[in-house]
Amino acid sequence: MLKRLDDNPEKTVTVTIEGQPVEVPAGETVAAAVLASGIGYTRTTPVSGSPRAPFCLMGVCYECLMIIDGQPNQRACKEYVAEGMTIERQHGTGVLQT
Amino acid sequence: MKPDVLIIGGGLMGFSVALQLVKRGTRCKVLDKDSAGRHASGVNAGGLRQLNRHPAEIPISVAAADMWHNIESLVDSDCDTRFPGQIRVAENAEDMQLLEGRAAMVRGLGFEHEEIIDRDELYRLVPALAPHCKGALICRNDGYGRPFHALDAFRRKALSLGVEYHASVRADAIEHNGNEWCVSSEKGEFRAPVLVNCAGAWAARVAAALGESVPLKPGAPMLMITERLPRFIEPVIGAASRKLSFKQMQNGTLLIGGAHMAELDFEHQTTDMDWAKLALSARTVMALFPQLENVRIVRTWAGIEAFMPDNLPVIGRSSRSPYAYHAFGFSAHGFQLSPVVGKIISQLILDERTEFPIEPFNIQRFCKR
Amino acid sequence: MKDHYSLVIVGAGPAGLAAAVNAAHHGLDVALLDEQPAPGGQIYRAIESIPAERSSLLGAEYQRGSELVSVLRDSSIEYYPDTQVWSLNRKLEIGLVCSNTAAMITANQILLANGAMERPLPFPGWTLPGVMNAGAGQILFKAHGIVPADGVVLAGSGPLLLLLAWQYLHAGVKIKAILDLTPVHNHLRALPYLPRALLAGHYLMKGMAYKKELKRAGISTLHNISELRASGREQLESISFRQNGRQHVLETELLLTHFGVIPHTQLSRAAGCRHDWDSSQQCWRPQLDEWGNSSIDGILIAGDGGGIGGARTAEHAGRLAALEALHQLAKIDQRQRDRLGRKDRKWMREDLHVRPFLEAFFHIPGKLLRVPDDGTIVCRCEEVTAGEIRMAVANGHSDSNQVKFQTRCGMGPCQGRQCADVVENIIAATGGDSIARGGHYRGRPPVTPLTLGQLASLYPEEKE
Repeated sequence: MLKRLDDNPEKTVTVTIEGQPVEVPAGETVAAAVLASGIGYTRTTPVSGSPRAPFCLMGVCYECLMIIDGQPNQRACKEYVAEGMTIERQHGTGVLQT
Repeated sequence: MKPDVLIIGGGLMGFSVALQLVKRGTRCKVLDKDSAGRHASGVNAGGLRQLNRHPAEIPISVAAADMWHNIESLVDSDCDTRFPGQIRVAENAEDMQLLEGRAAMVRGLGFEHEEIIDRDELYRLVPALAPHCKGALICRNDGYGRPFHALDAFRRKALSLGVEYHASVRADAIEHNGNEWCVSSEKGEFRAPVLVNCAGAWAARVAAALGESVPLKPGAPMLMITERLPRFIEPVIGAASRKLSFKQMQNGTLLIGGAHMAELDFEHQTTDMDWAKLALSARTVMALFPQLENVRIVRTWAGIEAFMPDNLPVIGRSSRSPYAYHAFGFSAHGFQLSPVVGKIISQLILDERTEFPIEPFNIQRFCKR
Repeated sequence: MKDHYSLVIVGAGPAGLAAAVNAAHHGLDVALLDEQPAPGGQIYRAIESIPAERSSLLGAEYQRGSELVSVLRDSSIEYYPDTQVWSLNRKLEIGLVCSNTAAMITANQILLANGAMERPLPFPGWTLPGVMNAGAGQILFKAHGIVPADGVVLAGSGPLLLLLAWQYLHAGVKIKAILDLTPVHNHLRALPYLPRALLAGHYLMKGMAYKKELKRAGISTLHNISELRASGREQLESISFRQNGRQHVLETELLLTHFGVIPHTQLSRAAGCRHDWDSSQQCWRPQLDEWGNSSIDGILIAGDGGGIGGARTAEHAGRLAALEALHQLAKIDQRQRDRLGRKDRKWMREDLHVRPFLEAFFHIPGKLLRVPDDGTIVCRCEEVTAGEIRMAVANGHSDSNQVKFQTRCGMGPCQGRQCADVVENIIAATGGDSIARGGHYRGRPPVTPLTLGQLASLYPEEKE
């Protein structure tokens, strides 16, 4: 659906998206990395369980909520990729940290 | 058609009174300066709590609880009520002693709804609670509802039975001409032989028009609500020696109150959050549920409510007129009482007496001559 | 960060940058807070880090941002990136989270320069993965060099659609179609404003040039489109639409839509600033005087957050608001303010000549705004449909806040950013009222996420 114009970025980091290690350019937002990875939906809604993906990419719509490093309800468009980061889809309300 | 009763205030109390009256064939008009449930009625924490009531309120609160458990038969809606119990936790031996004293006092009055539970039972009911608590006071058939849904159900039921409702009618003057009351407003005059003051935080103005001066203080208790979380707690939690009311709503959000007040501009009906007090609330929540540290707050707000110096409401006949009645000053715990208040006022109007003990709520306690 | 500044500016886009630089130039202690990791706002996003090749694809208007940003970097301004403002009140207290730590600071003057957001406009299927705002497409392109891989459909109304198509064309992206939902009769609506718009003719010329180039490249723009609908199971598979009475279906995995931009008023609302409905821009905007003063003493607003004027106007308004802050703080007198602001006022006036024409030309039809389809989701967070909102209105709730209480519309994490205006439009259409009467959701801070832990860290001295 989406692709990077530059296949050989200078600096990359390795993150885990839905359990798969992926090398992504440093400096990308999580939302950009996830959209480019082509995983499709990034969360399901707590009300009906319908699939959703990032919509505005500027912090307004809260559609891109994901579980990042175990923390639910993170706006993927506001978070930046980092080495070793784990990124997971959020199903419904996500998880409660204990 | 001219009504028999004019009710000032389109909140839960006003509609509850109207509903009980119309069910007995009395024509009512409800006048509201804003829109139905705009203030405390629509935006309160929705607690259905008998637990830890002032002794004077216990009899009517217990009667109200019965009505809430059958609320659908009254308003055709369950008002989204749940009854998982309300709990007041003891965090140390002193707290526990306080709660045991309370339980004994309530038993002494002849009521059985408040009960002490030990540590094991507390953690069986609330496994998510921080481990330091010692036990608790519980009322097992307490719970919560959704205030605006309740307000809407009362309003719709009342309207369906013929109650007339007028929004955006601010009573500019209230006069009695010997036969009837006349309420004048920008939208015209409204007349009826009987008047009921359910004006919430604005009730002192109505009382003043009847010649009764009451020390009502408007206040705006702050609430905050979090994002939706997986269900992790059922009962409503309070604490013996902290300001806290904490519940997970039907949809998974956490509603946090603590009776801390916002800064209120009463004239403009606006509030500013007192973040220092909300920070305190957040610390209280984290002391009892440290796992919530990273949970996000989605909204904070404060509804405008009437507080009396003794935190007891004014319910009953006016001290100045046999044709005027009051139901206000619920001091942030009126939601639960609302169905029974309708019953009390309707009985006073139609039967000239009520089955409930309401002497402690007499307005004369403030109007000594 | 100090706990008090003479001037705090929220937002490091063109308005905030220009204001900060101007205020600092006159010796004011300024804190510039911005939610992004680097300055530039959305319009000049990634301006410092973008590869030259990509920057040239974005055009000269984008590159203009690098000068603004470099002046900031050379200045004494305290600049705080990664900073979210979650609260503002009339006592000029600012609640913020900077690098995950919450703080409360105060200022003598506050300038809100928090820009615009895309106008949310629900249509069937707009919640499907694969449907995004055109602005999102542009951000992916600007900031990350990410573009559609297998073609894209662009749909809606507004200049951004054209600009993005032109940028995509130069980046070699396959554009399957451009669907123009602007009604043809808008041309007539706009005509009276054309003479004035010609005074800022370079905007029109640029638009014409883009159009010509797209046409030459064989990209078809379909005009007079209605009944846009997105379909798919877990992901967008196709779209359908109506043109001149005929139904069409197009297969696509990606649809980028745009229906103009509106001021982002979450903070000005939380503070309690008064807002007016602007029927030409079809949005709420804060009440401002010509220097950017809001209805609350000490709160100034500049740039698109105060009403849509575009990046150039935002710069002028930012500089003017900085002068007003200096004047309020008695650093300059009124005559100095007027003298120093003369050029910016003149340039701003000239730059705004094109606006009435654009607003009329891209006027969104009422039918689209009030979401004709009962089944369409309006509140993306709580999944409340247009039909449920109409039902609440039918049950006697004629004010947005009542509809919100009743339906939970606007109570999700986005706090009504996506549904507030739509709810008002639906209420207005149902009751035959003007939009202003249905009211707007009351501001309910925190306007950006604040955790219980962050809140608990504030005011440690406060005890029960």
